[in-house]
Amino acid sequence: MNDLTLRNLRKEFRSHDGAGSVVAVNDANLEVPKGTLVTLLGPSGCGKTTLLRMIAGFEEPTSGQVLFGERDVTNDPPNRRNASMVFQSYAIFPHLNVFDNVAFGLKLQRLPAAQVRERVGRVMEVTGLAGYEKRSPSQLSGGQQQRVALARCIVMEPQLLLFDEPLSNLDAKLREQMRVEIRELQQRLGITTVYVTHDQVEAMSISDVVVVMEKGNIMQIGSPEDIYARPANHFVADFIGKANFAAAEVVDARTVRVGGKDVQVQPHAFAAGKQVSVMLRPEAATIGRAEGLFEGTVTRAMFLGSVLECVVNVAGVGEMMIDVPNPVAFGRLEVGEKVFVTPVAGLPAVVAD
Amino acid sequence: MNQIRRLARDPLLLALIIVIFAGLGLFVVYPLVKVVLTSFQTRSGQFTLENYELFVNRRLYQTALKNSLVVGGVVAVISVLLGYVLAFVTTRLRTPGQAALNMVTMLPIISPPFVSAVSILFLFGFNGLITKGLLQLQDFSIYGFGGVVLSQVFTFTPIAYLSLRGVLQSINPTLEDAALNVGATKWQAFRRVTLPLSLPGIASALLIVFIESLADFGNPLVLAGATFPMLAPQAYLEITGSFNLPRGAALAVVLLIPSLTAFAIQRYWISRRQYITVTGKPTSSTSKLVSEPVKWVLFGVSWLFTVLVLAFYAVILVGAFTRVWGFDYTVTLQHFRYVFDVGFNSVKDTLVVAAFVTPLSGLLGMMIAFLVVRRRFPGRQLMEFTSILNFAVPGTVVGIGYILAFNGPPIILTGTLAILVAAFVFRYMSVGIQNGIAVLSQVDPAIEEAAQNLGADSVTTFRKVTLPLIAPAFFSALVYAFVRAMTAISAAIFLVSANWNLMTVQILNQVGSGRLGVAAAFSVVLILIVVVFMGVLNLLMSRWTRHSGSVRF
Repeated sequence: MNDLTLRNLRKEFRSHDGAGSVVAVNDANLEVPKGTLVTLLGPSGCGKTTLLRMIAGFEEPTSGQVLFGERDVTNDPPNRRNASMVFQSYAIFPHLNVFDNVAFGLKLQRLPAAQVRERVGRVMEVTGLAGYEKRSPSQLSGGQQQRVALARCIVMEPQLLLFDEPLSNLDAKLREQMRVEIRELQQRLGITTVYVTHDQVEAMSISDVVVVMEKGNIMQIGSPEDIYARPANHFVADFIGKANFAAAEVVDARTVRVGGKDVQVQPHAFAAGKQVSVMLRPEAATIGRAEGLFEGTVTRAMFLGSVLECVVNVAGVGEMMIDVPNPVAFGRLEVGEKVFVTPVAGLPAVVAD
Repeated sequence: MNQIRRLARDPLLLALIIVIFAGLGLFVVYPLVKVVLTSFQTRSGQFTLENYELFVNRRLYQTALKNSLVVGGVVAVISVLLGYVLAFVTTRLRTPGQAALNMVTMLPIISPPFVSAVSILFLFGFNGLITKGLLQLQDFSIYGFGGVVLSQVFTFTPIAYLSLRGVLQSINPTLEDAALNVGATKWQAFRRVTLPLSLPGIASALLIVFIESLADFGNPLVLAGATFPMLAPQAYLEITGSFNLPRGAALAVVLLIPSLTAFAIQRYWISRRQYITVTGKPTSSTSKLVSEPVKWVLFGVSWLFTVLVLAFYAVILVGAFTRVWGFDYTVTLQHFRYVFDVGFNSVKDTLVVAAFVTPLSGLLGMMIAFLVVRRRFPGRQLMEFTSILNFAVPGTVVGIGYILAFNGPPIILTGTLAILVAAFVFRYMSVGIQNGIAVLSQVDPAIEEAAQNLGADSVTTFRKVTLPLIAPAFFSALVYAFVRAMTAISAAIFLVSANWNLMTVQILNQVGSGRLGVAAAFSVVLILIVVVFMGVLNLLMSRWTRHSGSVRF
């Protein structure tokens, strides 16, 4: 059963000069099964936040449908959707204390006071806010405000939990910690979740499914491993992590020819003889001093402790970024040194442009 | 299309918008249209231009127009000069008694706009303390140009001061330091930096005072006299004296044109050119631009004005307890006895009107601010414009418009409480709207979205989230509406009736029939009520903001 279904969801804004319109989201289709965490990932301006706000009901779709389960909510106002949202700015009510912030939605439903207290208390426990009930929001740290925003949503026991770049206002360390907490909480409570972020590491670390967007279009929907190892196109490959690209000619379903050498790639559907791009992640190849597939010269070598980041210039292929693990054991590489690069068989991926 | 579809999903919001538009149409636009239409009619209703031809043919009308414009210009210049000095002293200099200076300067704002006219009569009138008592003058007359200007300067300098104070506070003093640092003399630094930066603010203050002066009704009525006709009282006399509504309407239109022009310039041109140079960094606010002697000269000028203001109020207070000013200076309570005896109905009526006007205009103002800033709907800008329109329209014009619009079918309101309340609410909510818009623009819209997201509809969101967040603007709107409802005269004088009379109108009537003592006693009572109300509201506000921590639904 899908908790959320988007059908050909489209949003056009009138452009600034008033003449034409700008497509913010272009016919998005998405199915989110119960209990999964889906991230919408993309650079700023790709339409991910607009898509989220259409799910929440803050933006009106130009066309298409939003379904919560079987229920068509496309024309429902935000207050009748039962999809709680954690805002980027947290949007804590500054005139209410922590307890009243969390209890806000329950009080609107006119639940008995005892029940409100019981449910809020439980959620405060779960989010680590117990003891802070009487604090005013201005007395809270950024991380605590984040928890209040989260508690305020969870207490509603919503059909959908929505996050709009919730961690972007926190420092790096807290961000990692909150990321883990959010994921654990989401899995424990089994709430279907849509999470917007522009940080690909964040997306991969917490998601069941990642939706990569660019310029209003959904580029790829897949598991974190899928989008990283088998990106659908050049954009996804580049956005999701470091990548080398080279021109190649298809030999068969598992082999392409690059710079005159045959390379084993992931299964693909391109016809033999077709000119394609092949993508190689920096860690999916090895460097040898004596032998290997491609011969090249080192143009840069940076020691980062856990890894040695090299750039190797291979004639007929171009510059390739290659990471050498365990660099202390490997020893130094000098600029200008002759080395051999060998892609791990079956890891390079053929991508569409 | 989208906006309409969205509105249909939120019927309460849609209803609210329709009700507000209906209100604005009925109580702002319709009376104005009636004024303009009537000014082109004969008394029997035929189209004519003769009401305007009077301005070409009749000296009286030409002089009235010229007098009003000249007084407006002179008062604007003097008030802004004084206001600038006062603002400079309170914002930039470190002198003793800053707070007192600030408070006394505000006093005229919370009293009826013609209290100074009454004082002037006490001091410089035919039986004046100074003119007759001190100087033994027999044929001196304060009536005319001098009297009106003097009185209006006292009434409107505080307005100029308030506006310029904001301007000077928003200019970063380190800019002056920077000018001095690169070798400018003190005078050069002021002339090349501070003055140009405050120029838009000065222009804006000039226009505001000009509009206020032109629209002022009480001071000219008391002090202009028969030989110095002015537009606003002339329009009143046409209507109440000779019952010539079309001619009164034509005068109103002539009064309206310069006011609206000045308002448009102020709002759409100058206000966009104001510089804000204050950044988040704290700056020391003492100016190094003035040398010690200059500083004490400015200080002296400010206090001279302040002492005069105090003196004016002291005269009112003394006058209220004096048997017959100019002849018999024995202490008496007879004037107050009159106020609480014969005049008590008008005290009661004024309070009832204010009791309706204050919450209504406060709430309506905040709702309109909320709609204008936060909601997208067709006609949003039209709503903003019409809701502050009556602020720029002289009260005399509003009063005439209401008479024309509501004296006959389809809607008859003249003589009722409703017409006074409607006139005041739609006239005085504009300050609340502007404050509300300013405060609301600073509030993250996500906070209101969060409330909706948690299940609150538009109205609940407004009540439980928006209103508490804009509480400061809300309270200042309440204070403003109350003070204005208590002290307004120009529109009210057309709308009072035997059933519903107001204190300000009583004061003018008493002045008119020469009973200055009763007028003074009324003024003292009125000012006391306003001061007490402001105190109570302040108390309530600090209480309320402290307790707003826990909400009940």
